[in-house]
Amino acid sequence: MMRLSRRHVLAILAAGTALVFAPEAQAQKPIKIGSFLSITGPASFLGDPEAKTLRLYVDKINKEGGILGRQLELVIYDSAGDAKQATTFARRLIEEDEVDIIIGGSTTGETMAVVPIVMEEEIPFISLAGANVIVEPVKKWVFKMPHSDRMAVEKAYEDMKKRNLTNVAIIGGSGGYDQSCRKEAHAVAPKWGIKIVADETYAPTDTDMSPQLTKIKNTPGVQAIFGCGFGAPTSITARNWSQLGMTNISFYFNHGVASQQFIDGAGGGAEGIRLPVPALLVAEQLPPGDPQREVSLNYIKAYREAYNQPVSGFGGHAYDGLHIALEAIKRAGGTDKAKVRDEIEKTTRFIGTDGIYNMSPEDHMGLSLDSFKMVEVRNNTWKLIE
Amino acid sequence: MAEFLQFLLSGITVGAIYALVGLGFSIIYNASHVINFAQGEFVMLGGMGTVFLMAAGLPLIVAMPLAICVVVAVGLILEKLAVEPARDATVVTLIIITIGASIFIRGAVEVTLGKDFHRLPGFSGDEPILIGGAALQRQSLWIIGALIVVVAGLKWFFDHTRLGKAVLATSHNRIAAQLVGIEVRTILLVSFGLSAGLGALAGILTAPITLTKYDIGIMLGLKGFAAAILGGLGSGFGAVAGGIVLGVIEAMAAGYVSSAYKDAVAFVIILGVLFFMPSGLFGAKGAERV
Repeated sequence: MMRLSRRHVLAILAAGTALVFAPEAQAQKPIKIGSFLSITGPASFLGDPEAKTLRLYVDKINKEGGILGRQLELVIYDSAGDAKQATTFARRLIEEDEVDIIIGGSTTGETMAVVPIVMEEEIPFISLAGANVIVEPVKKWVFKMPHSDRMAVEKAYEDMKKRNLTNVAIIGGSGGYDQSCRKEAHAVAPKWGIKIVADETYAPTDTDMSPQLTKIKNTPGVQAIFGCGFGAPTSITARNWSQLGMTNISFYFNHGVASQQFIDGAGGGAEGIRLPVPALLVAEQLPPGDPQREVSLNYIKAYREAYNQPVSGFGGHAYDGLHIALEAIKRAGGTDKAKVRDEIEKTTRFIGTDGIYNMSPEDHMGLSLDSFKMVEVRNNTWKLIE
Repeated sequence: MAEFLQFLLSGITVGAIYALVGLGFSIIYNASHVINFAQGEFVMLGGMGTVFLMAAGLPLIVAMPLAICVVVAVGLILEKLAVEPARDATVVTLIIITIGASIFIRGAVEVTLGKDFHRLPGFSGDEPILIGGAALQRQSLWIIGALIVVVAGLKWFFDHTRLGKAVLATSHNRIAAQLVGIEVRTILLVSFGLSAGLGALAGILTAPITLTKYDIGIMLGLKGFAAAILGGLGSGFGAVAGGIVLGVIEAMAAGYVSSAYKDAVAFVIILGVLFFMPSGLFGAKGAERV
């Protein structure tokens, strides 16, 4: 108690000082948004653009006058991909920073570690991580933005079925993300009439996947390969696939490789590879009537102007999360946690960079299969093929 | 048969990479019995440096030596600022210092050059060479060629130059070396500069295959170290043999056993070898250091 009361005294002092110097700015408490993201570490390719996106839009909205006449205050911690740190930061956000909502958790591991805390503390939490387990079964206070890996697999299978490719080999890393994707790839295969004829693994640090691919090449009847993974190993796999002259076997990947780095890293070897991507990556190619076109183009422009870097789909998750949260706060007329939670759950036809969200008490993600766009790598860039 | 050949070629490619990185450990080890855990970071700096110099518009032929010079400078600075002040400390302390240095270098690159992965184009194109139905990456030939040159160069350096002999003498008995007039401090400085340069060369030659990233040094350093241990620390030929053996075992295990357990198979074999031959396949026997 001693610690708390001292904090309160400090807070009152600080507030008092602020009142003296800036009476009108303190007229209303800011809306506090808390976040923990993997800004550094192995998952930094997720957390870095997410953090940049949150900062960019919180600044922007504050300059435009804030929400409900209140300014936004953003507190971000770097959990560096570590689930233990994520729980520490989640507690700090709730107990010390007293935030109104948490948007964060770049990886599934961090998200799942934090779930029990937000359930206990009853605070709305919008996760930016991918796996189904986050929202299945539905957890009262937990929502998630990105498409799940199961949807990516199903989208790819849908395309394979269209092309009559039913005998599929899987190749993926031994890391958690890859394994979760692999599990889904096995689980939904029967639903789409797909037969898994081979399943090969590589370590995340491997530098040559030719042995695994050679095994797939020599598997009788294989018509397509489905790759699970992200980062450098996927580029190497793509390059080995074309070097081994396997381009007669169609290669699909999950959306983890949806970045220009994947294409560049493969050094021309990724030509012809297909994958489902968020609309954001092919915004310019979307037909003018597509509802996601404008949202995506605006986000790309704002991000480029602020950071002089190309966008990634991951930053888009943060864009969607922040705006869904703010819309809900607007509708709730304040930051009452239970009301905000109810309003997030009622999100309908929210057009984000990841798709069109329709949440419900049964669905805390709200995206459908058609929010993914199928693309093929052609001339070192993505070509929309629908 | 084509399948076996493909596994073999893949194994040799990967093994040559491990070997080239593993060689870098031998020089500093020979000079001081310190295992330099920042060796992987020298490798990473070589690759990343070349990527960024080329992005700045320099051709490969200029970017490569320039990057090597930069990394040599980093190696010298590391020795001067971190290792030399602690030269009277135990070997374990020095090893810990190199671990600290590796974390520092990695962090500095992460902050300044970013977290993305990059690729250098293959030196003589990216089209593979087909041998009996199996594909060999052209870049592998560059790596194997460099391996031969470096091993021969190191052998000549340690056996036939005054400086090389002085390095070996220092490693055997520092005080005796000092008594016969060897400047012990310069020896360590030279060895850090040399192995930094060698690491950088390895990083540049392997970047078209492994890709490069701020943290690639952890993996390459570890596998290179495993190769050096397997072959016998301090022996150039041993590092090469260790690397190739490790690479081929991994490829064969992935091809014929299970790709999920290939690393486990490789490590079991390394442990087995070290159990019966503690100083590696070609290492000097431990008894000589009394």
